[in-house]
Amino acid sequence: MSVLALDSVTQVLAFADEPPQLLPARQQMAFTLGFHIILVPFGVALTSLMLIANYRGLRKGDADALLLAKRWSKVAAVLFAVGAITGTVLSFELGLLWPGLMGRYGAAFGFPFAIEGLFFFTEAIFVSIYIYGWDRLRPWAHFWTGVPVALASIGGAAAVIGANSWMNKPGGFTVRGGEVVEVHPAQVFFNGAFWYEFAHMLLAAYIVAGFGVASVYAVGILRGRRGRYHRVGFLISFVTAAVILPVQMIVGDTIARYVFDSEPHKFAAIELLPKTGTNVPETLGGILVDGEVRYGIPIPDMASILAAFKPSTRIQGLDAIPADVRPSDQIVSTVHLAFDVMVGLSSILMVLVLWFAWIMWRRRPVERQTWFLRCCAPAGLAAIACLETGWMVTELGRQPWTVVGHLLTLDAVTRQGNIWPLFAAVLAIYIAVGVSAITVLLSMRKRWQAEGDSGVEVPYGPQSGPRLADATSRSER
Amino acid sequence: MPDVVVSFLFIGVIAYSLLAGADFGAGFWDLTAGGAERGKEPRHLIDISLGPVWEANHTWLVYCLVFLWTSFPTAFAAITTTLYLPLGLAALGIVLRGAGFAFRKASLRTPQRRLFGVAFAVSSLLTPFCFGAIAGGIASGRVPAAGAGDALTSWLNPTSILGGVLAVLTCAYLAAIYLYATAARLNATILVRYYRARAFAAAVVTGVVSIAGIFVLQADSPRLFGELSGKALPLVIIAAVCGLATIVLLRLKVLRNLRILAGGAVALVVLGWGVAQYPYLLGTHLTIDEAAAPSSSLNVVVGVAIVAGLVIVPSLILLFRLAVRGRLEPEEH
Repeated sequence: MSVLALDSVTQVLAFADEPPQLLPARQQMAFTLGFHIILVPFGVALTSLMLIANYRGLRKGDADALLLAKRWSKVAAVLFAVGAITGTVLSFELGLLWPGLMGRYGAAFGFPFAIEGLFFFTEAIFVSIYIYGWDRLRPWAHFWTGVPVALASIGGAAAVIGANSWMNKPGGFTVRGGEVVEVHPAQVFFNGAFWYEFAHMLLAAYIVAGFGVASVYAVGILRGRRGRYHRVGFLISFVTAAVILPVQMIVGDTIARYVFDSEPHKFAAIELLPKTGTNVPETLGGILVDGEVRYGIPIPDMASILAAFKPSTRIQGLDAIPADVRPSDQIVSTVHLAFDVMVGLSSILMVLVLWFAWIMWRRRPVERQTWFLRCCAPAGLAAIACLETGWMVTELGRQPWTVVGHLLTLDAVTRQGNIWPLFAAVLAIYIAVGVSAITVLLSMRKRWQAEGDSGVEVPYGPQSGPRLADATSRSER
Repeated sequence: MPDVVVSFLFIGVIAYSLLAGADFGAGFWDLTAGGAERGKEPRHLIDISLGPVWEANHTWLVYCLVFLWTSFPTAFAAITTTLYLPLGLAALGIVLRGAGFAFRKASLRTPQRRLFGVAFAVSSLLTPFCFGAIAGGIASGRVPAAGAGDALTSWLNPTSILGGVLAVLTCAYLAAIYLYATAARLNATILVRYYRARAFAAAVVTGVVSIAGIFVLQADSPRLFGELSGKALPLVIIAAVCGLATIVLLRLKVLRNLRILAGGAVALVVLGWGVAQYPYLLGTHLTIDEAAAPSSSLNVVVGVAIVAGLVIVPSLILLFRLAVRGRLEPEEH
């Protein structure tokens, strides 16, 4: 009883200590990161799809594939432009919202962002060259200018994940007197969580871009555009996602065991487990209310079996976390539900992949499989939902820490000013940017259907509009 | 080593001032180009010249932020907890600007284009003003080493206002000169006259404000003034000479060396600020050595910067050479 009383006292103290900037700062960071992360797969993987189509187009003289590559490169350019803007905002936010993090640990984990900047710059330059190069460079030379785009985007993602995984599994630095006095860059970058997070995100990028693009062409076919162009567009993207998804399932399962071993607090939240024990059931759905599991469907022993292959596996619960740094019921429930949504939706996508395999095995023409295509239409959104919920698990799962074991989020957040107006402005602008981006993509599609490719201009792309009216042969020098 | 890092950081500051400066300035002329019909040609020229690398320019800004937070983390936190208002406004300006420019190019209808165009142009003024004001706040020593300085007077003070106004003016000046040169290259006679007149006006106004600025600094930032008229004086004088030379060249309608002189003038002023402030990172109190992170952090960012130079410079040269050879430009009719 006295322990409980002490618990509630520390909880009250924790809330009293909470700066008013914490809530809007966290909301804003979550929103802007959640927005930016949708664009990442298109930078990383749509560019690869574009290269696959380009390669096929050149190798087999496939005009449809070449046209797809050309259009995808323009879509990638629009999304890349949006991603560049939202990425720049994120680097401002690191300073404006989390000065406690950057001031104390910038010396340790700031440098991966420099590497990211290097890759980003390279990517921006080659995106320009590639898009301008259509019909202007020799075909194969042009293809090779696209390769650095795909590689640099992968490198950029690796760098950001280097920084993020460090926050989840910090290492490679020495603190003395509250100050970082020694840094081992390689140990910071390649921290314990890096390869897991990187592999998971890289594969996720291909899955999101693959299903996302496939959705578009599935809808197109369902609306009666059954030509070869749509079929090739659907097949290149869907097959990419279909090949990657099973690999992702295996990687995800491995990561779950890594989290069980190395980030037990996160695992406890994922499994919605208040008390340490063996024979832990896997709870489907459900939330934590006053420290008790409610409304979930338990599958006996399953969590223990998944963690280490036997029912007697002992899993640390939330009770193993000291009360003053224990995540709230609300955060634990959100992490758990996010995990369930991620696993649930990716299992459904896996069924879609098996269905596709069966269609291929029976050598049926995919453009006639109406019900299959109807199910494919929302697959892109489902994949994005998996991506978002996956990141929720990673990031909410480390709360209340910003740097696990070293820096609490409430010590990382700024204590200056009112964040709400900034958040409101960011929200308004991002919604406008999102709506504009979608409007622009839709209008590009409309013009492609109506006028062909010459009428569509994109950022990074060349001007095809009217020339300067008063251009004469005289020049002033 | 901290001095090496700070030199690298300043290379970023100068590059951003020049490249993004021309970019922001283009927005200034976009804003003042008049109605949709009247401003069509000048705006079209802006679209053409901003094409390929407009946004790579902001990478310099991210580069500066990353250098600051990795190499001088406490100073970075001091800046962000003090100057959060202009930083936040600048960030919003960058989003609006980038979105406005990107979507104007991709959208077709005129009302849509106008809306994106206005977003692009207004934020082109706001953002450089904020950056100039931030520089003024840091230079005049208004960012305390522990952070959380005055949220308003740190950037709404005479030195900051001077910095902000000068930033907007130099952007307009640089852009007008670049656009003038581009118009001349494309043989667009009317636009050549149009932008030459504007470049001349911008150069004269910037010069007058700079001279007035001497008195502002003398009254408001005695240390900065002292160093600018001391060890940084040669730079200031060469910058002034470059600036005057551009005015003369514009008058004589000579295009040669104009861009180099204009860029040189701006770069030297920025460099003069850096030299005047040395060895302090924060205005008048926190030295570069005191603020520096452990040496391994410094080594790694310097290493990344060098690799970046080795990778990015050849890529940029490739891009520009393709552009110059006309393969990346719209084909001539």
